[in-house]
Amino acid sequence: MILLLEQLFNGLQLGVTLFLLASGLTLVFGIMGLINLSHGSLYMVGAYITATVTQYSGSFFIGLCAAIVTAAILGVIIEYLIMRHLYHRDHLYQVLATFGLILFFNESVQMIWGSQPLYINIPPSLDFTVKLFGQAGYPAYRLAIIALGIFILLILYLFIFYSKIGMLTRAGSSNREMVQALGVNINKLYTGIFAFGAVLSALAGGLAGPIYAVEIGMGESVLILAFVVIVIGGIGSIKGSFISALVIGIVDTLGRAYLPQFFKTFMSASDGAAVGGSLASIAIYLLMAVILVFKPKGLFTRL
Amino acid sequence: MISLNRSNCVIIVTFIALLALPPVLASIGESYYISIVTKILIYALVGVSLDLIIGQAGLVSFGHAAFFGMGAYVCGVLSHHGSNGLLVFYLFPGTSNALLTWPIAVIVCMLLGLLVGIISLRTAGVYFIMITLALAQMVYFLIISIPQYGGEDGLGLYGRNELAGVDLNDDTQFYYVCLLCLVFYLAGSIKLTRSSLGLIIKAAKFNQQRLVALGISPFKYQLLIFVFSAAGAGLAGALMANLTQYVSPDYLHWNLSGKFLIIVILGGIGSLFGGFYGALILLGLEEVLSSYTDHWHFVVGVILIIMVLTSRQGFYASITGKKT
Amino acid sequence: MKMRASQAMMLEVRHLSVCYGLSQILEDVALSVNKADIVTLLGRNGMGKTTTLKTIMGLARSHRGEIIFDNQRIDQLPSWKIAQMGIGYVPEGRQIFPNLTVRENLIATCRSELGQSWHEQEIYSLFPRLAERKHNMGAQLSGGEQQMLAIGRALMTNPKLLILDEATEGLAPLLRQEIWRCLEKLKSLNQSILIVDKNINDLLNIADLHFIIEKGQIVWQGDSDQLKKSKTVINKHLAI
Repeated sequence: MILLLEQLFNGLQLGVTLFLLASGLTLVFGIMGLINLSHGSLYMVGAYITATVTQYSGSFFIGLCAAIVTAAILGVIIEYLIMRHLYHRDHLYQVLATFGLILFFNESVQMIWGSQPLYINIPPSLDFTVKLFGQAGYPAYRLAIIALGIFILLILYLFIFYSKIGMLTRAGSSNREMVQALGVNINKLYTGIFAFGAVLSALAGGLAGPIYAVEIGMGESVLILAFVVIVIGGIGSIKGSFISALVIGIVDTLGRAYLPQFFKTFMSASDGAAVGGSLASIAIYLLMAVILVFKPKGLFTRL
Repeated sequence: MISLNRSNCVIIVTFIALLALPPVLASIGESYYISIVTKILIYALVGVSLDLIIGQAGLVSFGHAAFFGMGAYVCGVLSHHGSNGLLVFYLFPGTSNALLTWPIAVIVCMLLGLLVGIISLRTAGVYFIMITLALAQMVYFLIISIPQYGGEDGLGLYGRNELAGVDLNDDTQFYYVCLLCLVFYLAGSIKLTRSSLGLIIKAAKFNQQRLVALGISPFKYQLLIFVFSAAGAGLAGALMANLTQYVSPDYLHWNLSGKFLIIVILGGIGSLFGGFYGALILLGLEEVLSSYTDHWHFVVGVILIIMVLTSRQGFYASITGKKT
Repeated sequence: MKMRASQAMMLEVRHLSVCYGLSQILEDVALSVNKADIVTLLGRNGMGKTTTLKTIMGLARSHRGEIIFDNQRIDQLPSWKIAQMGIGYVPEGRQIFPNLTVRENLIATCRSELGQSWHEQEIYSLFPRLAERKHNMGAQLSGGEQQMLAIGRALMTNPKLLILDEATEGLAPLLRQEIWRCLEKLKSLNQSILIVDKNINDLLNIADLHFIIEKGQIVWQGDSDQLKKSKTVINKHLAI
């Protein structure tokens, strides 16, 4: 029972990380119609910057801030030099150019940091465990990530539904020509949104640093998970990505924890572990396939 | 009678050059290159098959490595059991006869293509891209979760398959077999696109609603071409397993799916023949760049971005003057 | 007849030509709007009225000619700059944002500068219907309410010139009256307006100057008195 609770929280934590990634991705797609594969590269860059700056400054918080600032600057530069020219192009070309960016970032990171993975220590102030329901301890750092994720969802929600820029963002997703004809420089808005997405992605990377290894390509597998999240949630929907990110996080985590055990109850130990393990690794994709059979456009539509 | 226009000349010259290549390389003592050109032929086969979906149906499949890798693994696993004598999944014996392993690889890939196609063809546009990517990722994780077949390390093979009358372990003979496979698949693809089925698929690319209004549902035609495309990639995978005598999870990796897309774009979308030139350019570039620097992916990435931002026509179009 | 030459020019279009691909839509169009005037652009469907307005707004590009607004050339500017200089646009088909509430539609793109300026409350007193539906989504409004919202939204940018494309198209007579009342109110506030509509009789009462466009060319211009007198003009160029 306690183990189940612990796994549930692990699932939530993965879900929140995925949400940070998916929300930027879904905003950029929903509003600008751009599919951005290099979103995961910013996750990786965020983790590397956090690791390095944390090491030099001794403060994880300063490391995170450095990652956020770097991502914002990179986001503006990438949008201005590359993405801006892709909004009206076919998705195929968006895929190719952003695939080129992945190659670029992976090699750049390798040139700067080498190919050995880096490790970040959990910040001392959060390096303790919290008793859940009076029983076994759960790492405070992971709880902090869950809390931060929910906080960012609230911020995003307030931003999108109550700020003027949020209104323009929603207006732009339905009729960008009209937004311009009413005197709004939509290019500036797009640059801002793209950089904002980059910041969320880098933040997710920085936060993931103390939990997973910081290594080249770390953004790619999580990016594909984020794709699954936004396909299930409905592309362009923040609410949809939040719900589906949590579902994916929990299904994936629980599947890996329990499916092998489940199959062992009626199979030999090694076969059960193999079948259960295989099934766990593809559970979320199966979930996506099933949902798409009933809802080809995902669970929620639009902002 | 084939008319001698510019594009046909280019194709004929290329074909003659490919036929003459092994003796030429042997005479100048550079036989090493023959396996590189074989790899180009195999990638060209994937390029042609992917171009069927992108160029003809207008759908961007970002999961083509799944079929390529699946073909390689089916061929590899059968050969693996063929040599160690154990049963595949405790059910049936393995074999290293190419006349069995290759067709079985193709058939398994067609079934996989049918499954992926049924799910993904319900959608279009960016959903199609992401779903094919996700489903390919599923195949990747499924296969690396089987420890018996090497997991993340891949599976080494004991030599190439056997084919009556041909020694596949001879690089030159294997090269000609690959060339033959490419030519046959290309001929099949061209026949398919010129049939009424090909016309329906092209029509669906431009106006699906009108087609539906005419009483034609494009779904089953799109599915058919998707399955045919998966077959081509699967065959290429089986050939690749034979070429390298090794099957690796890299063959299933989404990075490879990206490379296949690059091949199609470099060659020129919708040109079919372009697949060869795309593979030639990409692998040639890799070969040259990697001899200068370890960070050649960096250069490929930059070239790719510049290419997308500046041009819209593929290489095949620029040498044949044909608009694709 | 009033002396118009002495009044300040708000908008002037000279020798405007526009092509879509190979077909020429506008040829040598010239028209002008003076400060505090209501000017109409009349003509049958497909004659180039909407294209003229879109070109002024920077949503279509001209091949030749000049568009001068407030003493500045605007024909090469992006549409957002043109709008920021002080043109409020009410497009054909209203094009309000369906996923925003009425209130959000008004304030998302609002701009206020010094001096006389429109605020949310004034829009509601101009169109009380909108106040009632403040928190409804744009998509839930009727055609008439959408039209009021589109006008309100444009006014919220505090424009020097308001451009209305098909101001009353598809509206019931009562709602149409409400739009005309609104325009009269705006006229009394010295708002310059360029309007396209098919209800000539209503326009004759409130507009100062009329331009008639046919096959991409201005074929007649004059004030309401002149237009009232020339039945032949109306029959030839405007009667359906």
